Formats: sequence, structure tokens, C-alpha cells
Amino acid sequence: MTLVRIRDLRVAFDGVPVLHGINLDISAGETVGLVGESGCGKSVTWLAALGLLPAKARITGTVETAGSDLVSGGRSVLETIRGGRIAMIFQDPSSALNPVRRVGQQIAEALRLHRGLRGAAARAEAISLLDRVGIPDAARRLDLYPHEFSGGQCQRVMIAMALAGQPDLLIADEPTTALDATIQAQILALLTEVQRETGMAMVFISHDLGAVGAVCDRVAVMYAGRIVEEARREPLFAAPRHPYTRGLFDAIPRLDGPRSRLVPIPGTVPDPKNTPAGCAFSPRCARATSLCASERPTLLPQSDGRALACFHPVPAATLVSREGVFA
Amino acid sequence: MISFVLIRLLRAVLTVLLVMTFAFFVLRLSGDPALIMLGPDAPTEAVAAFRAAWGLDDPLWRQYLSYLHGIVTLDFGVSMRDRSPALDLVLERIPATLALTIPALILKVAIGIPAGVYAALHRQSIADRGVILLSVMGFTLPSFVLGLLLVLVFAVQLGWFPSGGQDSWRHAVLPVLTLSIGGIGILARFSRSAMIEVLGQPYIRTALAKGVSWRDVVWKHALPNASVPIVTIIGFMIGSLVAGAVVVESIFSWPGVGRLLIVSVANRDLAVVQAILMVIAATMVLANLCVDIAYGLLDPRLRARTTAA
Repeated sequence: MTLVRIRDLRVAFDGVPVLHGINLDISAGETVGLVGESGCGKSVTWLAALGLLPAKARITGTVETAGSDLVSGGRSVLETIRGGRIAMIFQDPSSALNPVRRVGQQIAEALRLHRGLRGAAARAEAISLLDRVGIPDAARRLDLYPHEFSGGQCQRVMIAMALAGQPDLLIADEPTTALDATIQAQILALLTEVQRETGMAMVFISHDLGAVGAVCDRVAVMYAGRIVEEARREPLFAAPRHPYTRGLFDAIPRLDGPRSRLVPIPGTVPDPKNTPAGCAFSPRCARATSLCASERPTLLPQSDGRALACFHPVPAATLVSREGVFA
Repeated sequence: MISFVLIRLLRAVLTVLLVMTFAFFVLRLSGDPALIMLGPDAPTEAVAAFRAAWGLDDPLWRQYLSYLHGIVTLDFGVSMRDRSPALDLVLERIPATLALTIPALILKVAIGIPAGVYAALHRQSIADRGVILLSVMGFTLPSFVLGLLLVLVFAVQLGWFPSGGQDSWRHAVLPVLTLSIGGIGILARFSRSAMIEVLGQPYIRTALAKGVSWRDVVWKHALPNASVPIVTIIGFMIGSLVAGAVVVESIFSWPGVGRLLIVSVANRDLAVVQAILMVIAATMVLANLCVDIAYGLLDPRLRARTTAA
């Protein structure tokens, strides 16, 4: 069953396009990773879908869920979907919580909006949610303010708040980027555990391939506002075909095996105001030809089930096993 | 919270004492009251008698000690001009001043904050630009210019309101307007920028992502966060409730504390000037104390910091 169907989603800021037609389906219960460098549009896709971008953003295309289109639906449609059907957590948990309201109030607000709970019932449910996400001494800490929690605990509170609406889909926008490595692992473990219990689907937005490999069933790699490769996790991690995806893997240090030099991707992400005429990755790509500079490859389904937007993909034969990046 | 208030209170008392000490020495440096009261042609014996009568011949430290004693016992001595107790002279003028400054403060808050918040919520609109333009005009016009302008238009040309005096509510209209227009502009600008800053914060996006309606996001999430800088400005305004109308009272010949201050300074009526300064310092310090307490109530992070300090 498809929960969310995104078709030709485009976003422009002040006339500068940053998202060039995204097509993506999210099915019930699955975990989809969105991977790419900063500014590739992975967060913008979902901020646009939920209407959370500033007013100057121009959004076209459709985002269908529960029989309505979020792009054209307006405020009332968005308010019923947000937090209820689709919840979202963010990168910097400490600043994502309102500093002047108690965390209990902030969770209770979501409980009131989506489950009609008030007063003692809301409080009891908020305590059990905090307990659920691993906040010790939840009954007492319900009345504390966000600054009295550590970054990792704030993210746990954010997850509790997201779970309050019993969503079908959780968008996790770089949920571990601002946290230290050990806390990252704890939050990832919590997310997968919560997901297994509730059966909700999750979109995991990250530039950390290790984290994506640990939690996702399917991965879409984005570059300069487009999806360039999309596949199930195993084939993608075993054999990245797009030169950009390949480049991302080559830039990860390996913990096992012999020491080897990291291969960074040369150059930088193109300026959205001035993208190349052909494939946006061609100026940084070792495999690019004159065709890549003039024509833009479209995202096409491949025989092995993946989708790929490249004229000269990395041949499947030259690939090595990359189990080492699974954390 | 109690120790927090006590520490603040102690600091407040210290501040008032410092202000009063400063006032004492500056007033002693700024000219001989005997010569100003009696005139430069007064006979030497008269001047000497005056100085002896008011204790001006005592060593400075003795004058200062008896002055400090007076402050602590709220006895500022009597006016050199009409021999009535200085503090009573000041206190009986306060209601007249507050009759101007309190309505002005209400106008500032009631117009300035909604205008600023509305502008922030409709950024780049015509209304927003209008608010910015009017508020700049409001707070750049000095009150002596604005007051005269209002007198020219509404008293001289149109004849709607009197240009001075204190006989009816109509006499208060022009001074209150003069007092409030600048403050409305300042509050509108501060409220606007505070709201714009807060609306760009990640927790506003979180609230929206949670499904909170825009109306509730503005009222429950944005405004409480924007209130800290706004309360700071209102605190300044409360602090100047007594002293803020000096110029306006002079323009509209309104018999308040401000006019008393000008007359007493001109006459070197030391006791009265000192009593006025004491009342002004006390209101300012008290207003600051209220602002500090309000901060703690509005922002739990500040509460944590100030109790630790």
C-alpha cells in the first residue's frame, strides 16, 4: 500500500529552482533513505511536501496522501496531515523544542491535537511516551524545560512528540547529525525499535551512508535537486552504479581490511543559479563525456530493479563487496 | 526565586545610593545656591547668613553624612524657596505627571505591540512597510518638535484642543499624544524584529510539523518567545514614568514633576532637586527589578542563569 506518492515535485526560491521534479513513493512500513551532500534537496523535498518552507518558496507538483494533495490542499489539509499521518523530526533537537514551554506541555499539545487527550489523560500518556523513548524518571522530567535535557535526550523528546500523533510515516531529517557518535547509535537503535513496534514507515534523510545502511530498506541518492540512483539497500551497497553514489562510498573510511587512501569527489556541488546544461554531476565526474555535458540523463528503471540516471554508469563487474560500511 | 529577588533588591538599594551620592557632589560643584537665590548683588552678610542657615559652610563630608542620613530617613529637608518639606513638594506633583505618562504608556503598548506583530506576520506587505515608515518617523521626531507641531495644528490652526494648562481631560490630549508617539514607534519596531527573529526559529517549524494551527503557533509558540525583548523596552518606559515628561510638561505648562525639576535646578534649590532625583532613581531601579523578575517568569533559561549568579 502506498502511503505517500510524490510526483514531479519542484521547488524554486526567488525564481531559482532547487528541486527539479522528484518522483518518490513511500509504502506502508518501509524505511527509505534519502542520501546526498548538503543542499542536494533531500530535506527540501519533505519540507515542501509538508508545507514547511518559507512563503517565498514556489512549489509545484503533487504530494498525495490519504486521498488529498498536500501541495494544492492549503492550510487545513496540511494541519490534519502534519503530526497525525506524517510526523517529522529535525537535525538540531536542542533548538527544535520551544525553549519556554515544558517538554510535557509540548508533547501534550500533540496528544490533544491528534488524539483528543487532555489533562490527566494527556499527562499519563506523555509520561508513557517519554518512558517509551528511554527518558529515565519520566514522571518528574515531564515538567522540565528543553534546556535541562542533553542533545540526545532532546531528540528522544522529539521522537516521543512525533509518536504522540501515532503517525503512519515519520520523516527523520538528519536526526543524528548534531549528536556525538555513541548517542547517534542509540538514537538509530531507538528509531528502528520504535518502527518495529509501531509498524510505521520512515524516511531517513542523511548524508551518513553508514547510518542509512543500518536502518533503510531502500535508498534514493540525490544530487543537485534530482534523484540520480534509487535501489534496495543490498544491491545499492553491493554495487553503486551512478558515479556519484560510487564517489560517496569511496569517500568513507573503512574500519576493516588494509589501509587505503580515501578518494574524495573533486569539485563542489553546483550553484543552483548556474547548473550545468547536461548532467549536473558531469563537471565532477571522471566518466563524463561530451554527451554528459550537453544532454541530461533521465532516471530510468534498470534490469536489476534499480533506477539510474546516468549515460555511463560504473560497470557492474568492477565492483567489490562493501559490507564494511554496514555499521 | 526568593534569594534571586533579595539579591536584586540589595543591588537596587546600592544603585540608588550611588546615584544619590553622584547627585550630591555634582550639585555642590555646579554653583553656589546662596548667590543664585539671593542674586549676585546681595550684601556679603546676607550671603554669609544664608550659607550658615543652610549648613553650606560645613565641611563637605559632614554635609554628605547628614545628607545620607536624610535619605535613609526619607527627610530631604525643606525647600530653600518656600520652606515646605522637599519630598512633599515632589510627591504632590507626581499625580499630575502620572496623569500624562500612564495613559501614554497604555497607548504605546496597546498600539505599538499589535502594529509590530502584525507587520512581522505580513512581512514585505504594504502594511509592513507602512508600519516601518511611521515608526521611524515616530521615534526620530524629538518631543519638543512634535509637541510644537501638534500645538500648531490642533491648537492654533484647528482649535480642537488647548495648547497648555491642566483644567480638563482635553488639556491632556496633546501632551499624551506627544509622549506616546515616539514610544509607539519604538515598540512597533522592536516587536516586529523580535517576532521576525522568533518566527525563523526551528521550534516554530517543529510546532507547525506537529500540526499546530498557524494561529496557535503565533499565540502560544512565537509570542511568548518574542516577549523578552519587548518587556525590556516596556521596562525602560515604566522606569521613566516619573521623569519622562520633563520636556513635554514644559511645552504644555503642565504642573508635574518635570516642571518642578526645571524650576528647582534653575534656582539651585538643592533639597528639592535631591528629592526629585531620589524619586526618579527609585522608580527606575524598581522598574528594572520588575523587568528582571519578569524575565525569570518569561524565560526558564534566564531564571536558571540569574539564580545561579
